[in-house]
Amino acid sequence: MTGYFKLDGRSIPFQPGQTIIQAAADADVYIPHLCYHPDFTPHGSCKLCSVQVNGRICSACTFPASDGLEVLSETSDLNARRQKITQMLFVEGNHFCPYCEKSGNCQLQAVAYHVKMLDSHFPHFFPQRPLDATHPDVLLDYDRCIFCALCVRASQEADGKNVFALSGRNINKHLIINSESGTLKDSDIAAEDKAVEVCPTGALLRRGQAYKTPIGQRQYDHQDIEQVSLQQEKAHDV
Amino acid sequence: MESFITTLVERHESQATRLLEMLREIQTTFHHISDDAIALLAAKVSIPRTQIISCIEFYSFLHRHYQGHYEILLSDSITDHMLGKQSLSTYLEDKLGLQPGQHNTHVSLNNTSCTGLCDQGPAALINGLAIANLNRQKIDQITALIQQEVPLSQWPASLFEIQDNIQQPGLVMKQPIMAGDSLKALFQCGLAEGLAEIERSGLRGRGGAGFKTALKWRFCAETDSTERFVVCNADEGEPGTFKDRVLLNRFADQVFEGMTLCAAIIGAKQGFLYLRGEYLFLYPKLHNILQQRRQQGLLGNAILGRDFAFDIEIRLGVGAYICGEESALIESLEGEPGIPRNRPPYPVTHGYLGQPTVVNNVETFLSAAAIMVYGADWFTACGSETSTGSKILSICGDCEKPGIYEYAFGVTIRQILNDCGAQDVFGVQVGGPSGSFIGADEFDRKLAFEDLATGGSFIIFNQQRALLDIVQNFTHFFAHESCGFCTPCRVGTRLLQKQLDKICDGHGSAGDVAELEKLCQLVKSTSHCGLGQTAANPILTTLQRYPERYEQHLKTIRYEPGFDLDAELEIARQLTGRDDPGAHLSQTGESS
Repeated sequence: MTGYFKLDGRSIPFQPGQTIIQAAADADVYIPHLCYHPDFTPHGSCKLCSVQVNGRICSACTFPASDGLEVLSETSDLNARRQKITQMLFVEGNHFCPYCEKSGNCQLQAVAYHVKMLDSHFPHFFPQRPLDATHPDVLLDYDRCIFCALCVRASQEADGKNVFALSGRNINKHLIINSESGTLKDSDIAAEDKAVEVCPTGALLRRGQAYKTPIGQRQYDHQDIEQVSLQQEKAHDV
Repeated sequence: MESFITTLVERHESQATRLLEMLREIQTTFHHISDDAIALLAAKVSIPRTQIISCIEFYSFLHRHYQGHYEILLSDSITDHMLGKQSLSTYLEDKLGLQPGQHNTHVSLNNTSCTGLCDQGPAALINGLAIANLNRQKIDQITALIQQEVPLSQWPASLFEIQDNIQQPGLVMKQPIMAGDSLKALFQCGLAEGLAEIERSGLRGRGGAGFKTALKWRFCAETDSTERFVVCNADEGEPGTFKDRVLLNRFADQVFEGMTLCAAIIGAKQGFLYLRGEYLFLYPKLHNILQQRRQQGLLGNAILGRDFAFDIEIRLGVGAYICGEESALIESLEGEPGIPRNRPPYPVTHGYLGQPTVVNNVETFLSAAAIMVYGADWFTACGSETSTGSKILSICGDCEKPGIYEYAFGVTIRQILNDCGAQDVFGVQVGGPSGSFIGADEFDRKLAFEDLATGGSFIIFNQQRALLDIVQNFTHFFAHESCGFCTPCRVGTRLLQKQLDKICDGHGSAGDVAELEKLCQLVKSTSHCGLGQTAANPILTTLQRYPERYEQHLKTIRYEPGFDLDAELEIARQLTGRDDPGAHLSQTGESS
């Protein structure tokens, strides 16, 4: 089905099978997100892309676009919710931006800038999570994992492997590795895998890259994630 | 172990969809699922080990580490607490020398969410088998049996007696059908007319949501597919609900007939009864009834001599409340952790194995089978215009006669309270923790989809009960049962727990209550599924009605830190060997 829906009053065309977030991106409209990536099956878990569809809150990354929908995204109410959800992600893990080598290239940090997050608001959980430094080329810092499952999907869908999975439930959700020891060194992971590249935070890092680009000259240091994201979508479409 | 797993996998035809069945059997036999077992199973079923691990770590009744031959789980429903669970738990802990969450070489002790024995608590599960009416005498008996290492199969049957407690049967329970009558009636009038009859009856889903049953069946029947499935949701995990346990113990034949009726109408060949693991004790009986129905020609190939083949398989849950959500239930049937799917598409078009699937509650199938025999008029003569027929309730808490009651829709709360002998009532939790808390000024409200909807849970609290204890129990329940998929529920339900505990522990300020309410709204509005969307209801519905109960717990100061400053210094005191006044701190705003 093709047609138009209204997004914050603007008419947005869509192609058959598109979700709200895809059609919006094609029309140069950014909807904040972390677990969504145009290359992979949508997950719908981070809930940052929550929009109001005909009055009901839905995830823009999974909700199919259809003719005549009334969608609201840039409202003060929804932006306030996005800020709170981002804060939840920050307090759930251990995110210390000043010494994280992903700082400036981190989407979690960039989204926090975008939603104007100035503090963490909620009490921190300070979970105790180990570090997987067993692999010579890839580092896994569980402290920074936000359970977006992008590495899980990229490993399956792009790398043709099955290195990661999410396990456990409630606040004890955690990432696990498909290897006998449960560590990266025995897994099929390789530094050039899409699964490593796609991590929106500093949880999965390619080793030896740390400060090649100095802090201050990185992707989100001078550009809002809104622009970066839309440019990437454009490049992706080409 | 290798030969055990080889045989097991062969018996389950190496089907990954049957992973939970296989894991349950390994757990039962070896009391844990070892890394070796995981590796073997992964190789034999050809699935990644991570799928197995994520299931074990998702479902409460599966463990990766050995916890002894006797696994004791104490039901942690609010009703168990009202019946004296805490002192019994302490008694048991002392006898075993274990705290909840601990184990020794042959026994483990822990808590578990409501086991559906709220009318006969406190309840426990031992190696998955239910024990009701726990008391000190039974605990003595149990600990002695454990001490002597008597195998569970040789324990006295009297320990495992479960009562039905049917107090007041109504329309459906008073007139059970004869096996086969519903199907005969359907074939007599034809499938289209049969569905029309269900439609005329106005039957709506009995799980609580109230979707029109005939409409669901019609949508499913009209899909363009060669394969369809019928699923009976018997994963009643809502604390305070136990009607499906009784319905399956008494009327399973009729429930299976309702499923078969649905299968004939939508064109399904395979059905599943998803039975919550807590009702393991019902399994042998249900299995026999299915066998009987096959012998009677009511299941299997050529049902009633017609060109209609259908069979039902029982699948057991393994301890996850979320699997009561239909798409999570389907994930579980497929051998995955019970994580609710993104919708649309809905199960009615993309359900089990991506095929159109009808998922209905036990009571819905029971009623549908009766409607086919007695007619739509029989059903609509009972109830209200938008809520036809009857509703079967599980009544528990502070009343003289807890148990099963069946009412015509439209009955008032006051009437129900009178019937079950409830006095000095402070409030009623209608629909379980995910429903709402009703106070005395609302007892003239009616039980109906248009007023108070419930899946069957009805918990009564008298004036002596502390409201915040109830709310705390429910809030902890949701935080524990959250599947952890989406941010607002995974983090939010745990933040709700922290924030409420802070208030209950006497560390709250006025700002904390305001913050609590904001957090409730966020979790409710942005969560992925019904669990998160209703997890804040216990707080929201009571905060609205009884703000003073929260205020009583508050300190007068405007700000209180979220932690106990002095307690935080304990480790430092221990390390330095100090306990002088200078090694202690008072909370902000207080001067000691």
